[in-house]
Amino acid sequence: MDIMTEKEAQKQVITTSQVEHVALLARLELKEAKKDIYVNQLNDILAYMQMLNELDTENVTPTAHVLPLCNVFRQDEVGQHIPVEKVLANAPEKEEQFFKVPRIV
Amino acid sequence: MELYYYPAYQLHQRLVKKEIKAEEICRSVFNRVSQVEDKIKAFITLTYEQALAQAKKVDEKIARHEKISPLAGIPVAIKDNICTEGLKTTCASRILENFIPPYNATVINLLNQVDAIIIGKTNLDEFAMGSSTENSAFFTTANPWDLERVPGGSSGGSAAAVAAGETILALGSDTGGSIRQPAAFCGVLGLKPTYGLVSRFGLVAFASSLDQIGPFARNATDLAWLLNVISGHDPLDSTSRPEAPPDYTDFLVNNVRGLRVGVPREYMIEGIDVQVKQVINQALAKLTALGAVVEEVSLLHSKYALPTYYLIAPAEASSNLARYDGVRYGFRADNAVDMIDMFKKTRSQGFGEEVKRRIMLGTYALSAGYYDAYYLKALKVRTLIKQDFEKAFSTFDVLVSPVTPTPAFKIGEKTGDPLQMYMSDICTLAINLAGIPGLSIPAGFVNGLPVGMQLLGKPFSEGTLLQVAYTFEQNTGFHLKKPALKVVSGQEAGQASSLVPEDQ
Repeated sequence: MDIMTEKEAQKQVITTSQVEHVALLARLELKEAKKDIYVNQLNDILAYMQMLNELDTENVTPTAHVLPLCNVFRQDEVGQHIPVEKVLANAPEKEEQFFKVPRIV
Repeated sequence: MELYYYPAYQLHQRLVKKEIKAEEICRSVFNRVSQVEDKIKAFITLTYEQALAQAKKVDEKIARHEKISPLAGIPVAIKDNICTEGLKTTCASRILENFIPPYNATVINLLNQVDAIIIGKTNLDEFAMGSSTENSAFFTTANPWDLERVPGGSSGGSAAAVAAGETILALGSDTGGSIRQPAAFCGVLGLKPTYGLVSRFGLVAFASSLDQIGPFARNATDLAWLLNVISGHDPLDSTSRPEAPPDYTDFLVNNVRGLRVGVPREYMIEGIDVQVKQVINQALAKLTALGAVVEEVSLLHSKYALPTYYLIAPAEASSNLARYDGVRYGFRADNAVDMIDMFKKTRSQGFGEEVKRRIMLGTYALSAGYYDAYYLKALKVRTLIKQDFEKAFSTFDVLVSPVTPTPAFKIGEKTGDPLQMYMSDICTLAINLAGIPGLSIPAGFVNGLPVGMQLLGKPFSEGTLLQVAYTFEQNTGFHLKKPALKVVSGQEAGQASSLVPEDQ
């Protein structure tokens, strides 16, 4: 077996089984032929991300949002809504007033 | 000059003086489309009939001596990730190929209110993820300055259409440079407003804390006019700024005397093409000659913007794109054995490679065990990047940098290496992370290709950026140069123009 160089070892951030797990979480099918490509590309990208570890962020507050806005509330009143037929107009499959989906259990 | 290359503000004056009709403007633009669209491919959908009908209504108003709004009768092209009621909105994705929104985005309602004419929906990288329009599920748009090159992205269709005279104005969206980079590549103006200035309601979400809708135009005045229409508070967007924006035309003043201009050192070093740097330095010399005070400044965490962005944006995208499940709208795959199988098949067949890659990346960054190491870390570095800008703006009124490291690259040049493609946005990503406004303006040319200059300002200082842009264009004229597009001639043109419906 070849010994991985140090650089290659650092690059191996994400493994094939992790990629399979992530695909399941994301509800994506992963074709066998595409797996290696994904693993390699994601490893390249994630290896690049390691750059962030150079920074000490121990005492830094995270920024999820740039505006100093708090929750925006409105009165809980009945308003105008899009009619059901219009909402259902784009449905791939529907029945009466419902979206129709394949078997769940 | 043909009407399709007129500035909007001049068309308005001529409409008011009854020298021309809105219908003529509309026909001029559609004729131009029929001449060049087979080469440029800027549009996914065109709206000839509706647009002409709307234009005629504007003409009737004028005939009745009614006062018309500044953008009444002016053609506007809309990026195809902005919802238009009754008009297909695809996001250049197979998964939304036949999606007809049941409502308008707020910006569309605002354009309709002032009688602007929506002429079509423009091409983009699928779900606005990309820098070249090569990720469009349908086709790649060409750069009007060199048809073998990309127009930039993701709002490449909007930028190319404005540059080629296929529209007067356009809207795009910018999550990491998607308005500014194509504006630079196509030699037009493009603004990413401050986060919260323009309503995101009806903009198909990519990364909600970074997305902003913004205008494209061929001069600063037109840009100010369009910004006046689309900016302002919207109760339907909880991240919309409550304060009313100013009248941006008040800032169209030819003066930068005493303006403090900072040039971020980190945006002028490695990776930036020498000739691009030259163009920017000449532009800075021009600003100095006009009385601005130009000095160097440091944005220490600049190099971390790319990794930070490519953790935060895909993380938000993976969450936002979870809604495409084949249940309520969009594509649904056949032959699923159960619900989960249907989700997987639908999403795998419906999304393109780059979208899937980013969903994977984002899902990983948010997944148990990796959240702190990647996503939370990126949010913390985002704070540091934002603070860099706050510090710089305590000394400077605006910051100036290149928009892109190079002029437009060749179609196919970067498609094999995602990281290389991401690098083309190196000068624009940090601006979305900080939430500040960024304006790309034509600053010169390298080997016949346009180069953009990026003007950055404090939150909600769009007026100042427009003043700099206006002053610069009044004293240079790079924005007046048009691509030497060869138009279709003879028989070919005859066939193409049959696309435009005849009168009656």
